[in-house]
Amino acid sequence: MAAKRAAEILRAAWGDSSDVDGLPGRLAAACVRSLPVTGVGMALMTEEGPAGIVAATDGAAIELEQLQFTLGEGPCVDASETGRPVLQPDLARTAPLRWPAFAHGALEAGIRAVFAFPLRVGAIRIGVLDLYRDRAGTLSPDELSQALSFADAATLVLLHAQAGSPATESFHELDERAEVHQATGVIAVQAEVGLAEALVLLRARAFAESRPVGDVAQEVLSGAVDFGNADDSG
Amino acid sequence: MMAREQRLTEVFVELADTLVEEFDVVDFLQVLTERCVELIDTDAAGLMLDDQRGNLQVVAYTDESARLLELFELQKAEGPCLDCFATGQVITNVDLADSRARWPVFTEAALGLGFTYSHALPLRLRGQVLGSLNLFSLERKALTDDHVAVAQGMADIATIGLLHERALRDQVVLAEQLQTALHSRIVIEQAKGVLSARAGITVSEAFSRMRAHARRTGEQLTSVAEAVVAARLHPGHLQPPPDAR
Repeated sequence: MAAKRAAEILRAAWGDSSDVDGLPGRLAAACVRSLPVTGVGMALMTEEGPAGIVAATDGAAIELEQLQFTLGEGPCVDASETGRPVLQPDLARTAPLRWPAFAHGALEAGIRAVFAFPLRVGAIRIGVLDLYRDRAGTLSPDELSQALSFADAATLVLLHAQAGSPATESFHELDERAEVHQATGVIAVQAEVGLAEALVLLRARAFAESRPVGDVAQEVLSGAVDFGNADDSG
Repeated sequence: MMAREQRLTEVFVELADTLVEEFDVVDFLQVLTERCVELIDTDAAGLMLDDQRGNLQVVAYTDESARLLELFELQKAEGPCLDCFATGQVITNVDLADSRARWPVFTEAALGLGFTYSHALPLRLRGQVLGSLNLFSLERKALTDDHVAVAQGMADIATIGLLHERALRDQVVLAEQLQTALHSRIVIEQAKGVLSARAGITVSEAFSRMRAHARRTGEQLTSVAEAVVAARLHPGHLQPPPDAR
């Protein structure tokens, strides 16, 4: 439902390749093709800060990620910390005050606008998707909408990549119903794991049983399914 | 009559007070839907927001039935709340005994939940519609013009809450604020699950306890939810609200 467009993006990025490791790169490439941006970077983020570059479509995109990795400041760092998108249509005007060191390096690298989207599912913070452009200017509402869908797709790819579970499961749409998120919390307590792993467990169970994630979530909430003794769930 | 006017004043002051302080946008929308039910003589309320990906998401609801009905509309892509969002028109006093021709699937579902009237008000901002405020009545009684005016006022207050002061000038901040509201809602749902499993209580009881704690300590609801998820707050810290019914 909500993530239908994200699922289509994923399916297209998957293509007919079985190369799981290349999926983030193909997703970033598709993002550059679909939107009026110059380059795209994707980084893993933890509570402590940037934790690794997953994909970058060109040299400036790598530079964008590395600057923030080294300096510990910048729009992508803020996006991850605050959990909200950081849209900077005119870096030369706004960035020097907010992130002096980052602004210097980014402008040097020819970056004029940055749109950073946190990759997260509620309290689960996974990474950041960064779009940059070599000229100033805002994204139109349609472009913003498209970028958010790419962020949804990237969230799924990185969520599953981190958990080491098969990427094909990513095609299971991200169900935004309240039950799914409530059940994620319940599973985290039952299985004594973090929320990210709990969500992957829930999705893996739904995938294995070829059922909607929301249905399995409902059973978790009613107590019909318990992940506490889930050693047999495979 | 006076009692209602006085209550209206109290609610207005409560909401306005919230807006001048640091506030949690989901908590604010939740209080707003609850006050709507109380002030506008309806039985359930829900609020849906544009997720900027071409869909609506339910962000606040007073009642499981309101949430289900809104989800149902989203799934079937049919219903007055969706039409309200699509057109920006106020669609109030939909008599469900007489709405089958226009919204067959929605009408059946709403009747099935025991509702007789449905109302939808747009969250308008200049030419844009950010979402809709939806009200449902059990009793067969239409809203007066006065009620409709208050309902639209509440929808406008919700819009203002979403905007934050700066956002009035800044489209970028609006986009950021909408995304924040949607993600805060998810954090709260995750925390409801965590707390319910730890304390052995229902998810709605878990919600009441988190809100009571937020009220007691002056923390934002989303911060309380994050603390529950991060296990910085334990069931022992979160007692049932004193006025629990």
